[in-house]
Amino acid sequence: MNTSISGTATQPGVQAATIVRQERAALIQRLRGARNQRSKQRRIIIAVLSLLVLAMIVLSLCLGQTNYSPAQVWQVIQGHKVPGASFTVGTLRLPRTAIALIAGLSFGLAGASFQTLLRNPLASPDVIGISTGASAAAAFAIVILSLSGTVVSVFAIVAGLLIATLIYLLAYKGGAAGTRLILVGIGVAAMLESLISWVLTQAGQWDLQEATRWLTGSLNGSSWGETMPALIALCVLGPVLLSQTRHLDSLQMGDDTAAALGTRVERTRILVIMAAVGLISFATAATGPIAFVAFLSGPIASRIIGARGSKLIPAGLIGALLVLVADFAGQYLLGTRFPVGVITGVLGAPYLVYLIIRTNRAGGSL
Amino acid sequence: MPPRELIVAGLRVGYGERTIIDGLELRIPPGGITCIVGPNACGKSTLLRSMSRLLHPKAGQVLLDGRDIHRMQPKALAKILGLLPQNPIAPEGITVADLVGRGRQPHQGLFARWSKDDDAAVAEALEVTNTVELADRPVDELSGGQRQRVWIAMALAQGTETLLLDEPTTFLDVSHQLDVLDLLTDLNRQRGTTVVMVLHDLNLAARYSDHLIALRDGSIRAQGKPEDILTAQVVHEVFGLQCQVIADPSTLKPLILPAGRHHMLEHAGA
Amino acid sequence: MNAVATRRGVAGAPLRQPRRRRLFWLVMAILIVLVLAVGSVSIGARHVAPSDIWAGFLGHSDNVPQAAVVKRVPRTVLALVIGAALGLSGAIMQAVTRNPLADPSILGVNMGASLAVVMGITWFGISTAHGYIWAAILGAAIAAVFVYVVGSMGRGGATPLKLALAGAATSAALASLVTAISLPRADLADIIRSWQIGGVGGATFANVAPLLPFLAVGLAIAIGSANALNSLALGDELAAGLGEKVMAVRAVSALAAVILCGAATAMAGPIGFVGLVVPHMCRLLVGVDQRWLLPFSALAGAGLLVLSDIIGRVVARPGELDVGILTALIGAPVFIIIVRRSKVREL
Repeated sequence: MNTSISGTATQPGVQAATIVRQERAALIQRLRGARNQRSKQRRIIIAVLSLLVLAMIVLSLCLGQTNYSPAQVWQVIQGHKVPGASFTVGTLRLPRTAIALIAGLSFGLAGASFQTLLRNPLASPDVIGISTGASAAAAFAIVILSLSGTVVSVFAIVAGLLIATLIYLLAYKGGAAGTRLILVGIGVAAMLESLISWVLTQAGQWDLQEATRWLTGSLNGSSWGETMPALIALCVLGPVLLSQTRHLDSLQMGDDTAAALGTRVERTRILVIMAAVGLISFATAATGPIAFVAFLSGPIASRIIGARGSKLIPAGLIGALLVLVADFAGQYLLGTRFPVGVITGVLGAPYLVYLIIRTNRAGGSL
Repeated sequence: MPPRELIVAGLRVGYGERTIIDGLELRIPPGGITCIVGPNACGKSTLLRSMSRLLHPKAGQVLLDGRDIHRMQPKALAKILGLLPQNPIAPEGITVADLVGRGRQPHQGLFARWSKDDDAAVAEALEVTNTVELADRPVDELSGGQRQRVWIAMALAQGTETLLLDEPTTFLDVSHQLDVLDLLTDLNRQRGTTVVMVLHDLNLAARYSDHLIALRDGSIRAQGKPEDILTAQVVHEVFGLQCQVIADPSTLKPLILPAGRHHMLEHAGA
Repeated sequence: MNAVATRRGVAGAPLRQPRRRRLFWLVMAILIVLVLAVGSVSIGARHVAPSDIWAGFLGHSDNVPQAAVVKRVPRTVLALVIGAALGLSGAIMQAVTRNPLADPSILGVNMGASLAVVMGITWFGISTAHGYIWAAILGAAIAAVFVYVVGSMGRGGATPLKLALAGAATSAALASLVTAISLPRADLADIIRSWQIGGVGGATFANVAPLLPFLAVGLAIAIGSANALNSLALGDELAAGLGEKVMAVRAVSALAAVILCGAATAMAGPIGFVGLVVPHMCRLLVGVDQRWLLPFSALAGAGLLVLSDIIGRVVARPGELDVGILTALIGAPVFIIIVRRSKVREL
C-alpha cells in the first residue's frame, strides 16, 4: 500500500496536482486546528488551576480560629494596622500561606521534572533520597549542632545537592541509566533515614518538636527568614526547569530518539536534576519533606492535562493546591492539629493504589 | 539539493573498556540505499550509532560532507542527519500527528512556534507514509506495522537528506516488513534521501539495497552491490552459514538458500 | 541434573560448590557465631573479667559485672534469633521474587509490620508479646502482597526495579500512617519511637521465648521448600515443567518469609538490610543451592546482627548505637555496590 506524490504536466495531471495541493492544504488546516484546540484547552486548565490556588490562598488567610473578611486581609497586606488581624493574618497566616504556595510550587515542579526525566512516576525525589538528604542535614544541624534559622537552610541545600551528586556519581557507569539512578537513590535514602533516626535518639524533649518537622514536613513556625531563599530559588530555578521542557518531552521518547532530534541528553539530564534538586532542597529547608507532594503532583497533572502538552506548570499548581488544602485540613478540619506532611502522607497511600490500578488498566508500565 | 556524503574514517569505537570496531573505513554512496548486515554482535548497531553521534568514537572520525559530526552542534546535525533507533518509546497517549510533529524539534527554537514550514513538513510526512487517516489516533492503539510507519514519518518530518535506521523491520511480520522497505525505497527514489539501515534479514537486504555492507567482528568483510558480493563463500565467511545463492526469479537479485541438516536433497549442487 | 550442575546462580557463583568447601564454611560460620556470642556477652560499656562471664552465664549476679553479663545474655540470644530470622527471610524473598534486591525493609514488609504493631498499640491496646507478633505478621503479610501486586503490574512483571520502587513508595505511605496514628498519642509516642528504630537493648528472656516457635516454623517451612525454590530459580515456566506447583511454592515460602520478618519486627522493631546483605555474602561462599543457602543465611544473619550489636555498643560508649541504625549504615552501601555490579538489564 504505497502512495506516490505525482504531478505530471498533462491536463488530467495538472488537475490531479491541484487536488493534491488542496488535500494537503486541508490536512494542514486540520492539523493546525487540532493543535490550536489543544493549546486552548491547556490554557483553560492552567487558568482554572491558578484560580483554585488563589481561592485557597484567600481561604487560608481569611478563615481559621478567628475569621476575617477579605477586606481586612487586604488591609493587612497593604500594611495598615488592623486590630487582631495584623498579628493573626500578618505575622502568622501570611508567611505560612506564602511558604505553602512556594513549597507546593517547588515540590510539584521538581517532582514532575524528575518523573518525566526518569520516565517513571514512582521515581520521585522524595522516594529516591533527595528530600531525605535535605531533611537529614537539617535535623543534624538543629539537634547536634544546635543551629537554627537560615543556617539550617544552607545546610539543607548543600546536603541536598551533595547527595544528588553522590547518587548521580554512584549511578554513573558510562551514562546514568534511570534504573540505576532510582535504585541507588533508594539505597542512599535508607542510609539517610537511619541517620535521622539516630539524630532523633539524641534529641532532648524540646528539640523533638522541630526534629519531627524534618521527618514529615510542617508549616508550623514559618517565618520570612526561611521563605526568602525558597522564593528566590523558585524564581531562578523554576524558569531553568521550564526552559528544558522541549528536551524533557523529547527524552520521553528514549535517549536515542531524543539525541537524534538534537537534544543533548547528558546535559539536559544534569541541568534538570540540579535544578530540581535545588528547588526541592530550598523548599525542604523551609518546610521539611512534605510527604508525597512531589510524588503526586506529576501523575495528577498527567491525568488532567493528558496529551495536551507539558505537565510541568500544572504539576506546580497542583503541588501548591495540595499543600494549601492539606495544611488547612490539618489545622482546622480534624480533631487534633496534624502537620501538613502527615495529611499528605495519608492521602498519598490510597492515591498510590489508585495510580497503580489505573496504570495497569491502561497497559502502561511503572 | 545534492545528497550529502557520509564517510567513516579510521573509526575505533566501543563501550567502556571493550572495543567493538577498530580502524574502520567506509564511504556511504550518496543518494542510494545501503544495508549493513552481519551476525549477532558483529557491531552493526554500534557502527550505525557512531555514524549518528549516539556513540562517541575513541579514535577516528565520521564526516558528513567533510564536517566531523561529533564536532557539530546537535541541533545543526539533526537537521541534516536523521536516525530511527531501535525501540523508540511513544509517550503515553500521544497522537500520531503530535508524534510526527516532534520530528520538527531541530527546526524550532526555545518557544516552539509552529511555522508554515513545520506544518507543511508534517503534512507531507503523513502523506508519504500513508498515515493521514491515523493522524488523530493515539500511537498506543496502532499495530506494529502502523507504528513503524509513524516513526518513519517522524524521522521524515525532520527533513533530512540522510536517514539512518537501526533494524526498522525487526518484530514486524513479513507483509509489514515489505511495506516499510517499499516506503523507504519510495523515499529514496523520489526525494533522493540517502538511506542507511541495519537489517537482520539477508534476503531482504539483498533485494532492497543498492550497496550492501557485510560486517563481522567489527570489520567489513565485503561491500558492494548485492549481485556482486553475495556469494556462498562470502555468506559462509560472514555468517558461518552453508548456503546456495541463486538469482531470485521475481527480482533477479541474489537469493540465499541456507543449507540445514534436514530436508536437503542429496544432490543439491552449488 | 546436568542443567543443575552447569547453571550459574545469581551472583555468578557456580551452583555446585565442592561439598568439602561448603562444609568448611558451615563449620567456620558456626564457630564465628559462637565467638561473636561470647564476645557479645563480654564486651560492652562496662568491662568484665572472664571469671565474671562464666559466673554470669551460670546465673550469678554477685557483682556489677556479673549483673551486666546476665543482662547481656538474653540480649545476645535475641540478636541471634532476630538475625537468623531476618537473614533467612531475606534469602527466601530473594529466591521467591528472583530479585537480588529483595529484603524485608526494601519491599516495605517491615513497615507493614510496624504499622500493624503501632495500630495494635494505639487502637487495640495490645500489650503482650504474642499480640505484637501476630499483629506484625498480619501487617507484614498484607504489605508483602500489596507490594508484590503493585510491583508486578504493567510491562515486564515484577522486575527488581519495580518491586523496589513499589516497596519504597509503600514504605513512605505506611510511615506517614504510622506518624499520623501515633502523633496524637503523646503518652505512647516515646515508646513507639524507640521501638521504631530497631534495637535489641533491654531484652529479657520474656522477649525471646515467644519468638522461638515462629522461628522454628519459618525455618521448617524454608528447609522444606528449599528444593522447590531451586527449581523456581529457573523461571516459572521451567519450574512448572519440572513438576513444581509454582503458585503453591511461592505462597508457602512467602508465608514463611513473612512469619519470620513479622515476628522479628514485632520484638525488635524494623531492622533493615540484614535480609539483603546476608544472602549475597552467603552465595559467594556456599553457592546458589537453597538447601545450603537457607540455613547458612540464618547462621550468617545471626552472626551479622550480633556483630552489629557489639559494634553499636563499643562505638558509642557510654551510650549505644541501635542495631537498626548500624545495619542501614552498613547495608545501604552494600546495596549500592550490588546495584552497580548488576547489568541494568538484569534490574
